[in-house]
Amino acid sequence: MRASASDLPVMLAEVKVVAGTVTILDDVSVTIAAGAPTILIGPNGSGKTTLLRVAMGLLAPTRGRIAWGGREAAPPKKRAIVFQRPVMLHRSAAGNVRYSLAAAGVPRAQRNDRVAELLMLVGLSDLGHRPARRLSGGEQQRLALARALARDPDILFLDEPTASLDPAATKAIEDIVRAVAARGVKVVMSTHDLGQARRLAGDIAMLHRGRLLENGPAAAFFAGPRTEEARRFIAGELLV
Amino acid sequence: MSLPPRRKRAIQTPASVGPIDLERAMTGNESALQMVLTGDPGLYAIVQLSLLVSISAVLFATVIGVPAGAALALVRFPGREAVTILLNAMMGLPPVVVGLAIFLLLSRSGPLGSWGLLFTPQAMVVAQTVMVAPIIAALTRQTIEDLWVDYRDELAAMAVGPVRRVATLVWDARFSLVTAFLAGFGRAAAEVGAIIIVGGNIDGFTRTMTTAIALETSKGDLPLAIGLGMILITIVIAINALAWIARRAGERYAG
Repeated sequence: MRASASDLPVMLAEVKVVAGTVTILDDVSVTIAAGAPTILIGPNGSGKTTLLRVAMGLLAPTRGRIAWGGREAAPPKKRAIVFQRPVMLHRSAAGNVRYSLAAAGVPRAQRNDRVAELLMLVGLSDLGHRPARRLSGGEQQRLALARALARDPDILFLDEPTASLDPAATKAIEDIVRAVAARGVKVVMSTHDLGQARRLAGDIAMLHRGRLLENGPAAAFFAGPRTEEARRFIAGELLV
Repeated sequence: MSLPPRRKRAIQTPASVGPIDLERAMTGNESALQMVLTGDPGLYAIVQLSLLVSISAVLFATVIGVPAGAALALVRFPGREAVTILLNAMMGLPPVVVGLAIFLLLSRSGPLGSWGLLFTPQAMVVAQTVMVAPIIAALTRQTIEDLWVDYRDELAAMAVGPVRRVATLVWDARFSLVTAFLAGFGRAAAEVGAIIIVGGNIDGFTRTMTTAIALETSKGDLPLAIGLGMILITIVIAINALAWIARRAGERYAG
């Protein structure tokens, strides 16, 4: 049993985010429930990052409402996010994970075991003592995943976690995402790599110019997209 | 017409003293090197007082400057930019002006005259604290603010509260902050203007390395001045070496 109530489902109702004169998200309504990963696709600037930040609770929408497990004001106890360019704390790799455990309120006595377990999960067991900032890009992404998982989240947001990684590093990340999803953590991940979306998605949500064009099971999306933009995106045309 | 006979070149000092034999001052029997090497008690008492005053000043300045700098980095309030500019300007406060201000404050008819601190080592600590605190506060603000820009999103995502946030930033910036302390100490140890005004350069009581050098040079007692000068430079080099080591250690252990 978990101590606090679940943050699932995450419900966004008519969420609008405006920055200055630019509308970043326009009337987005979506419900994210437990299950296989939801992959968020769309071109650069379509609002993926902003949607993830709103859903994480880091950014208050200009209009519209958001609720986590039915509660509109829920501190991010059971949510975690890995930013597109995660910032490593000036500590060792293990120190980064330990910090996250402490911030999540894990008792001191349990932290060492959890650090070892999380580093093992992301394949960094041998690098725990290294300064986090000295790790490679792929290793840093995995460490950021471990740090996010230290919060024991119900829902994990990943913002293009493989954007600048080579195939081997990308595979390592995808394997962890699968393992995490198999443990029952809801993964919401943005990408503009369609192949990756096919490999991981249970559901697909597609954003274009701040609007949610598609939202549904991945199989149906790839078999027969409802919108012209989605059809062109899947066909590999340059959607701008 | 004939010129007066050419005299041996010598450094001319104030009238009462007469010419000085620089060579003897450097290496002779009662020389600077001799004093440093044999641990001349008068010389080492002066060194000890100097270090005590400057280290105390840096400790007090740290207690004031680190929280002030962190607050300035993290708290938004009207006039924050003006305070930042003022603080940065105060890093270059002229020591004599600080000395004058503290002198007026502590002099018998001044607001704090009743404390009787003027011409004591404590007064020198106060003056140097006033000089060093802005340096530590300004460098702390810069360091913490840069780190905060870096950490902001991650700490927000981990729902880190204000107290832990400040502790995290100060702790993770500790290697850079050591550089700030050493910069403050270097300035305190090397300044003469403030402590000569509020300390009075009293022999055996408020005489420090810098004030002694100033006095002994004008009196013509070069061996003591040169000996102290050598020690002072050694200390300054040691401080910079420490700063270097701290930075390297930071890179090694914390990235």
